[in-house]
Amino acid sequence: MEDVKIGVYICHCGLNIADTVDVEEVSKYAATLPAVAVSRNYKFMCSDPGQSMIKEDIKELGLNRVVVASCSPLMHEPTFRHAIQEAGVNPYLFEMANIREHCSWITEDHKEATEKAKALVSAAVRRVYYHQPLEIREVPVNPNTLIIGGGIAGIQAALEIADSEHKVYLVERDPSIGGHMIQFDKTFPTLDCSACILTPKMSSVGMHPYIELMTYSEVEEISGFVGSFKAKIRKKARYVDEDKCNGCGVCITKCPWKAASEFDMGLGERKAIYTPFAQAVPNIPVIDTEHCAYFLKGKCRACEKFCELGAIDFEQVDQIVEIEVGNIIVATGYDSLDPTPITQYGYGKFDNVYTGLEFERICNAVGPTSGKIVLRDGSEPKSVAILHCVGSRDENYHEYCSRVCCMYALKYSHLIKERTDAEVYQMYIDMRCFGKGYEEFYKRLSEEGVNFIRGKAAEVTDRAINEDEEGKLIVCGEDTLLCKIIRVPVDMVILATALEPRADAAEVGKLLTISRSADGFFLERHPKLDPVATMTDGVFIAGCCQGPKDIPDTVAQASAAAARVLALISKGKVELEAATAVIDEGKCSGCRICNLLCPYSAISYIEDEKVSRINEALCKGCGVCVAACPSGAITHKQFTTEEITAEIEGVLV
Amino acid sequence: MDVLSPYKEATDVILEAGGEPIKSCYQCGLCTGICPWNLVRSFLVRRIMHEAQLGATDFGSEDVWTCVTCRACVQRCPRGVEIIDVMRAMRRAVASLGIGVVPDALRISAKNIAGVGNPLGEAPEKRDDWAKDFKVKSFASGTEILYFPCCVPSYDPDVKTVARSTATIFNKLKIDYGLIGTEAKCCGESIRKAGYEDTFQSLAQNNISLFTNNGVRTVVVSSPHCYHTFKNEYPELGGKFEVIHITQYLASLIEKGKLKLSKEINKKVIYSDPCYLGRHNDVYDEPRKVLQSIPGLELIEFPDAREDGLCCGGGGGRIWMDTPKGERFSDIRVEQAVAKGADIIAVACPYCFLNYRDSVLSMGKAETMQVKDIAELVAEAI
Repeated sequence: MEDVKIGVYICHCGLNIADTVDVEEVSKYAATLPAVAVSRNYKFMCSDPGQSMIKEDIKELGLNRVVVASCSPLMHEPTFRHAIQEAGVNPYLFEMANIREHCSWITEDHKEATEKAKALVSAAVRRVYYHQPLEIREVPVNPNTLIIGGGIAGIQAALEIADSEHKVYLVERDPSIGGHMIQFDKTFPTLDCSACILTPKMSSVGMHPYIELMTYSEVEEISGFVGSFKAKIRKKARYVDEDKCNGCGVCITKCPWKAASEFDMGLGERKAIYTPFAQAVPNIPVIDTEHCAYFLKGKCRACEKFCELGAIDFEQVDQIVEIEVGNIIVATGYDSLDPTPITQYGYGKFDNVYTGLEFERICNAVGPTSGKIVLRDGSEPKSVAILHCVGSRDENYHEYCSRVCCMYALKYSHLIKERTDAEVYQMYIDMRCFGKGYEEFYKRLSEEGVNFIRGKAAEVTDRAINEDEEGKLIVCGEDTLLCKIIRVPVDMVILATALEPRADAAEVGKLLTISRSADGFFLERHPKLDPVATMTDGVFIAGCCQGPKDIPDTVAQASAAAARVLALISKGKVELEAATAVIDEGKCSGCRICNLLCPYSAISYIEDEKVSRINEALCKGCGVCVAACPSGAITHKQFTTEEITAEIEGVLV
Repeated sequence: MDVLSPYKEATDVILEAGGEPIKSCYQCGLCTGICPWNLVRSFLVRRIMHEAQLGATDFGSEDVWTCVTCRACVQRCPRGVEIIDVMRAMRRAVASLGIGVVPDALRISAKNIAGVGNPLGEAPEKRDDWAKDFKVKSFASGTEILYFPCCVPSYDPDVKTVARSTATIFNKLKIDYGLIGTEAKCCGESIRKAGYEDTFQSLAQNNISLFTNNGVRTVVVSSPHCYHTFKNEYPELGGKFEVIHITQYLASLIEKGKLKLSKEINKKVIYSDPCYLGRHNDVYDEPRKVLQSIPGLELIEFPDAREDGLCCGGGGGRIWMDTPKGERFSDIRVEQAVAKGADIIAVACPYCFLNYRDSVLSMGKAETMQVKDIAELVAEAI
């Protein structure tokens, strides 16, 4: 081994480490360890002066190995590797000892912490001695991008990337893009018509030369890694030829078969051949085989008869499309909580109890009631109650706050006041009006005469106790500001139901190897400083799939994710993990155990040589194969037996 | 000028007595909205939490003793606040620190329990007298089941029929069971809820030693209150036994085909879920299964049943307190039962038995409405 000179740097991390660990003592101890040329301690190693300290020592003292005892490598391993690289030392001749998350942050005992810190530093010093320089490989970044989900988040991200003249594949599982936003009537606080602001963007997506739009499609398989992903997409059969159809809609008019409209939340109907709404992009209908008489009984075929362009194709089959992209943005959105299990609110039991999304459709001009706010029997309500926090801020359902409900409750109040003479009552716990123009909107609604009752509704009942309550739905609860039980008889109840993760979020997470936080939404890399990246390089998240949020925040995240992707595309290359595994083919017996174990499918069996070989570009250095190989033929470049035993020695000595 | 300033010393008293849950309360008011007391008068559960948070609790108020610990509030609380523990903490502060006044009737029952081991103040030697003509043996090590009837069926002249019916059933089926004897004391569940923690600890130790020394493994109980404390509170004090409520036991015997009910009871029977079987311990189905196995019996439900069931008013130690007419939950239930056309109110708890009996009598419905424990009905149908 060439003359090894190790520099050891103990970080105080302000008081995070220094308050518990005696950094002076550890630093002095480190100076006594074998091959240590210099040992220092400093307040913030990751700062500029901290890094300069290392670079200076490398220059002056000819250091060829560096140990930094500070925080988790997840925080600053790249920082220090970069620093020593700048000073001319291979970034892999570096080791970090975590004396913060693994030491000072888990005990208040100073003596214990200092002893452990010493042991960790000793281990790191002995291990780094055996590190070898590794070559960092770069792979090109495929400039195409896959965006999963065609709601406002997906649409925004797609347009941002496509406008920079890079190709985007936008995959949406519904027959049209638009997501939940296209279901809304007006948006708070501006009361912009949702469709009016969204359809131009949808149109742009449909016409964009750089966007390949695949609707009624789902991603089935993803393989690869940042810069080169391969995806298999299933384009479900529409039974309508996209190249021939011109969206005239005659087939829809002539179809005699009906079904409940998903777009109208079951409140309205659509045909068996349908587009979900009039401004659908693409404006190409889809046949619902579960309600189409041809698919069920072999009859009808009216759509085929009347289509002048012969675009109906009952023989169509699902198509599998394979694409290659460099980055993926997940923008799969949210589901609305089903309040049926919350029996005390009577959803599903009483006719006139609605969820938020159902009420949106009622308000919408092209909804099931043509925008008239009416009860199930068609009459106008004289009073409406809006119940906040249904399934949100509630340990029994979702602990989190759904963020948008206070605002849309105000919006509904406005629409009800505008279109009817009804009294509006809001049963709230807090009024969360945090955004730009939101508090002003709240003031406006107060001035419009909306009644605010502070108290979480305990029950919605039809059991009247006096004449005034007969035939009404009575919302019961405590008015906490008046300290009295209140019974509010109303005609209509709107439940501000929680936003929850999509029902298949777990499967989608597995598909993309991204995790979810405890609340079930996709996990961001850092809640404050990295909200659109995930722990998987090259996979980004945007919009409500990361957590409930309003449209402005969704758009901001979508643009952020797009910017991240464009940065990678612009750089054009990605550095691969150099600390990978390698098979000694002389020792390999060809048993192939490693092939099946590799989570990244990086190992293949070479038939004519009867050995397995690792694809360095795919290998992430997880070490599973190293541990599993019965012949001991696989070594990990930074976890050799020498290195590991030295590390263990360091802890024990 | 009536100005409030936070008085942390009072808050600390409640916190130390077990009132930590007040910290999680975010004052939504759901508890008040759902509390059955607000059907008959004003009882602001939420305000009591906030008063405790700021040390403004009025320890002399009757509100300290109002809660029946039915769990309707805890069940729905969005912050998971253990409101019953807070009520208990306030009462503990009064009972042990003497800050306020314990209601008379409760004080007497507490004295009885502490003195002679049962709330009625009866002689301990007479605890098993109900079984005189019933050939019930004493529990000994190796006996399969300990039958623990609860102080009320043991001593109350009317409610003795519950214990007797149970013994009848067990004897007919030749179940291997016994009574633990007159050293047994009250299970202590209710007196603990009333704030008498030391009394409870001493009762529990007495019973745990008694059961353990006699090799008790399985206890079958008639009262959901005994069920609750034996199952959930005795284990951390060293008493780990298998605890089964009589309705669960009967249901399992029916399922195994060991209990066959052949005599008809052609009545409309409405079942009242006891709070301590239902909301406290999730037992809703077994009692119904047993009733539905009785030939000719038509089981009907209260408008609020199962998780939404209305408390009879007996929990939290209130069984020993006076509730003025017009504020009795059991009166409301009797009205509901009459409206549903029921002939019999079926109960599975001695406190429900007492309350419904009293309500039926005081409302003049005794001619048309009967109150029967499930064990009684099964004994009639065997």
